[in-house]
Amino acid sequence: MRVRPVHSVLALLSGALVVLAGCTAGSSTQPTSSAGGSATGSTGGGSASGSGGASSGAALSVGFVLAPKTLDMSVDDGAAIPQALLYNVYEGLVRLDDGGKIVPLLAEKYEVSSDNKSYTFTLRKDVKFSDGAAFTAADAVFSIERVQKDWKPAVKAGMDVVSKAEAVDDSTLKVTLSKPSQSWLYAMATRIGAMYSKTGVGDLAAKPIGTGPFTVKSYQTNVQLVLERNPNYWGAAPALATVNLKYYADANALNNALLGKQIDVISTVQAPETLSQFADTSKYQTIEGTTTGEVLLSFNNSKAPLDDKNVRQAITYAIDRKAIMDTVWAGKGQLIGTHSVPTDPWYEDLYSKYPYDPAKAKELLGGKTYTLRLRVPNVPYATATAPIIVSQLKQVGITVTVDTLDFPSWLEQVFKNVDYDMSIVAHVEPRDIANIWGNPKYYTRYDNPEVQKLFTDGDAGTAEEFDADYKKAAEILADDAAGDWLWVLPNLIVADTDVKGILQNQVSESFDFTKISAG
Amino acid sequence: MLRRLGIRTLVLLASVLVASVIDFLVMAVVPGSPAQVTLGIGATPDAVAALEREVGLDRALPVQYLNWIGGVVRGDFGVSYSSRQPISADLLDRFSVTLWLVLGGMVLSLLIAIPMGVIAAVRHRKLSGILISGVSQVGVAIPAFLAGLLLVSFFALRWNWFPPNGYVVPADDPVQFFRHLTLPWIALGVVQGAVLTRYVRSAVLDEMGQDYLRTARSKGLRPLEALMRHGLRNAAVPVLTVLGVQLVTLMVGAVVIERVFAIPGIGSMLTDAVANRDLITVQGIVFVLVVFALLVSFLVDVLYLAIDPRLRTR
Repeated sequence: MRVRPVHSVLALLSGALVVLAGCTAGSSTQPTSSAGGSATGSTGGGSASGSGGASSGAALSVGFVLAPKTLDMSVDDGAAIPQALLYNVYEGLVRLDDGGKIVPLLAEKYEVSSDNKSYTFTLRKDVKFSDGAAFTAADAVFSIERVQKDWKPAVKAGMDVVSKAEAVDDSTLKVTLSKPSQSWLYAMATRIGAMYSKTGVGDLAAKPIGTGPFTVKSYQTNVQLVLERNPNYWGAAPALATVNLKYYADANALNNALLGKQIDVISTVQAPETLSQFADTSKYQTIEGTTTGEVLLSFNNSKAPLDDKNVRQAITYAIDRKAIMDTVWAGKGQLIGTHSVPTDPWYEDLYSKYPYDPAKAKELLGGKTYTLRLRVPNVPYATATAPIIVSQLKQVGITVTVDTLDFPSWLEQVFKNVDYDMSIVAHVEPRDIANIWGNPKYYTRYDNPEVQKLFTDGDAGTAEEFDADYKKAAEILADDAAGDWLWVLPNLIVADTDVKGILQNQVSESFDFTKISAG
Repeated sequence: MLRRLGIRTLVLLASVLVASVIDFLVMAVVPGSPAQVTLGIGATPDAVAALEREVGLDRALPVQYLNWIGGVVRGDFGVSYSSRQPISADLLDRFSVTLWLVLGGMVLSLLIAIPMGVIAAVRHRKLSGILISGVSQVGVAIPAFLAGLLLVSFFALRWNWFPPNGYVVPADDPVQFFRHLTLPWIALGVVQGAVLTRYVRSAVLDEMGQDYLRTARSKGLRPLEALMRHGLRNAAVPVLTVLGVQLVTLMVGAVVIERVFAIPGIGSMLTDAVANRDLITVQGIVFVLVVFALLVSFLVDVLYLAIDPRLRTR
C-alpha cells in the first residue's frame, strides 16, 4: 500500500507535464500591439490611453495555462511572472509600446551621451510605490544593483553591461555602461528593468510592491491570482477594478471555462483545432496575432553527422514546414526561415530559402543513410510534430528515433548535457537570437565567429547598425541551416465580445491589462 | 480486544516511519534538479549550485531527512522550492478539497450500490437482477474522466444547469459549493457505484448460501427479510475492505477528475509539484497520502472488530 502513491507520482508525470507546456514553450501569451482600437496611448504608458472609465467597477477574469510558481522574478525564470506582473504591478523606467518601440514610463525622458555609454534619466516626481514610499532615483539605483547582485535567473545577464548607476538627485538617474549596448535599454523594458522599493522587497514571493496601476490582492498557487486597481496610481486609472487571472492545467477545462462563463478571456488557445467552438461572433471575438515564439527543430551542431552543413541542409529540404504547421497547429502561425519574427525590426522573410524538396535532400546526402535521435520535451507542439518529422525524414533515408522527456528531464539531458541529435522547442523570449546563436556553449552548439562578431558589433553600434548586423547574422544562420525554424507560434486569444483593448501581437513579456475594459 | 488494538497501533506507527524513509529516498533519486527547473533555460551551473545550497539540497541525506521529518512531526512541511511559501497550509486546503470531492462521490456510490447490489443478488436469476449486473458491468468499463466530459458537455455547456468547472469553498458559499461539485460527484459516484454494486452483489450472494440464512428462512422469514436481519452485517465485511481500498485509490486517482473540472485538489497539487520538480512538496503530499492510506486501513481493521465479534477472539 505504501508504495502506491509513489507509483502514482510516476504515472502522473505525463499528465503533469502538460502544465509545463510553457517554460520556454507554449507560454505564448503576452500580447501587445494595437488590435482593439483604443490601444494607442503609447507615450509614457502612464497616460494609459483614454480607457477612461476609472469609476467603473468592472472585473475581468482571464484564463491562463501557465501559472507563476512564485511571484518573485528575481529567483524564478518562469515567463508567467512577468506576464502577470510587468506593466500591471511593476513598471520600469521605459516600456515597449504596442509596436515594440521603447518609450518612457517612469522616466519622463532620457538622454544618451555622444559615446552611447551613459544614460541620464529624468524620473517622474509624483510616483509612489503601493506601500506608500515615494519612488526616487535611489530606488532605481537599488533596483539595478539588485539585479546584478541578487537575481538568480539567466536574464540578469542583461544588466552585466552596467558599470555604474548613481542618483544625481532624487529625480535624476545616471547609468554608465562599460561599452555601448543597444540591448541594454531594450532589456530595461523587460522584467529586469522593473523598479523596486528599497523598503519593499522583504516578501516579494507573496507581496509584490511596485508602482503600477494594479496591486496583488491574493495568489493561490496554480489556482488564481487576483489583481486590484491601485487607488494611488500616479497615472490614469485603469478601467478594470479587478483582474482575476485563473490558471487551468487542462486545455479543455480552459475552453469550457469560457463557454460556461467562468472567465471572459482565453489568453492563449492551446489547441487551435478547438477554435470552431467559439465561431459565434455574436458571443465571442477571436484575436489572432503573432508572438515571439519560434518553434525550432534544433540540431546539435557540434556532433556528427549534424556538424556537416550538407546534412543540415538536406534535413531542411526534406521537411515540409507548411504541412507541419497545418497539421499540428491548424495552420495558425507564421512560417519563417531564420531565428527572427515579423515584429523584429531586422526581420526578413527567408522562408523560401529552403523549399520542400526531398529530391534535393537525397542528392545532398549522396546516398548515405543516418540514424538520428530526436529528443523532445513533452509539450503539445513538440510531441505532435515529432512523428511527422520521422516520416518525412524517412523518405530521404534518415531514420529518426523519438524520445519524449518530461520538461525537467529535457532541461537536464538535452539542454544542460547536450545529449541529443535533434530536438524541438519554442524559444519564446523576445530578441533571443544573440543569446542562442552567439553563444557556442548553448545547447545548439553553434560556433561561428563571424556571427558572434556581428552580434557584438551590432550591439555596440547605432540602432541602424544594430538592425543591419542582426539581419546579416540571421541570413548567415539561414544559409548555414544552423537549425530548422518550423513556424512562429500564433497569439490566439478568444474573448467575450464586450471585452475591449486586448492587444493583437505579443511583443513584450507582459499581458497588459492597463488598456483593457469590459462590459 | 485492547491488546489487538494496541498491536495494530504499533504496526501503524512503524509503517508510517518506514513509509517516510521510503518516501524521502525515492525523492532523492528522482532525476531533474529543482534549482535547474526554477532557473530555467540558460541558468549557469553556479547559479544552480547556489540555489541548491539555499534550499538545503547540498546537505547530507540523513541531515535532510531529519530536518524534514522533524518539521513534519510538528506539522511543518517546509517551504516549497518553487513558490517559496510554506507548504503546510496549502497542503491542508488542497487535501480537504479532495476529501470533499471523494467523500461525496463515495456517499453517492453507496447510495447506488447497496440497494442495487442487494437487488441484483436477491434476484440474481430474474431479469431485473441480470439487468442490474449488466448495467453495472458497463459502468465499470467507463472511465470517470469520460463520464465527467460527457456530464460537462450536456449539463454544463448545453443546458447550463451547472458550472463546467471550478471550486468554491463551502464556508464562502455553500450553494455554489454544491453546484460546483455536483457534476464531479456524479462522475465519480456513478462509476464507483457500478464497481461497488458488483462487490455488494457477490458479497450478498455469498451470504445467501450460508447455513445461518437457511436456518433463518426455515423459521419463516422471507429471503429479503432474512438478509436484512442477519446477512447484511456479514456481507458488510468484504464490502468494507473494498471501500477502504477505493477511498485511498480515489484520493490519489482523483487527479483526473480534478483536471477535467479544474478543481484545486491534492491531486492537481501533486502533478504541478512533480512538473516543477518541487520535490519537497511532492514528498509532503505523498507522505500525507500514505498516512491517510495507512489510517484508512487501520480504521477498516477496527471496524471489522466492531462488526464481526468473532474476529475479536480469533
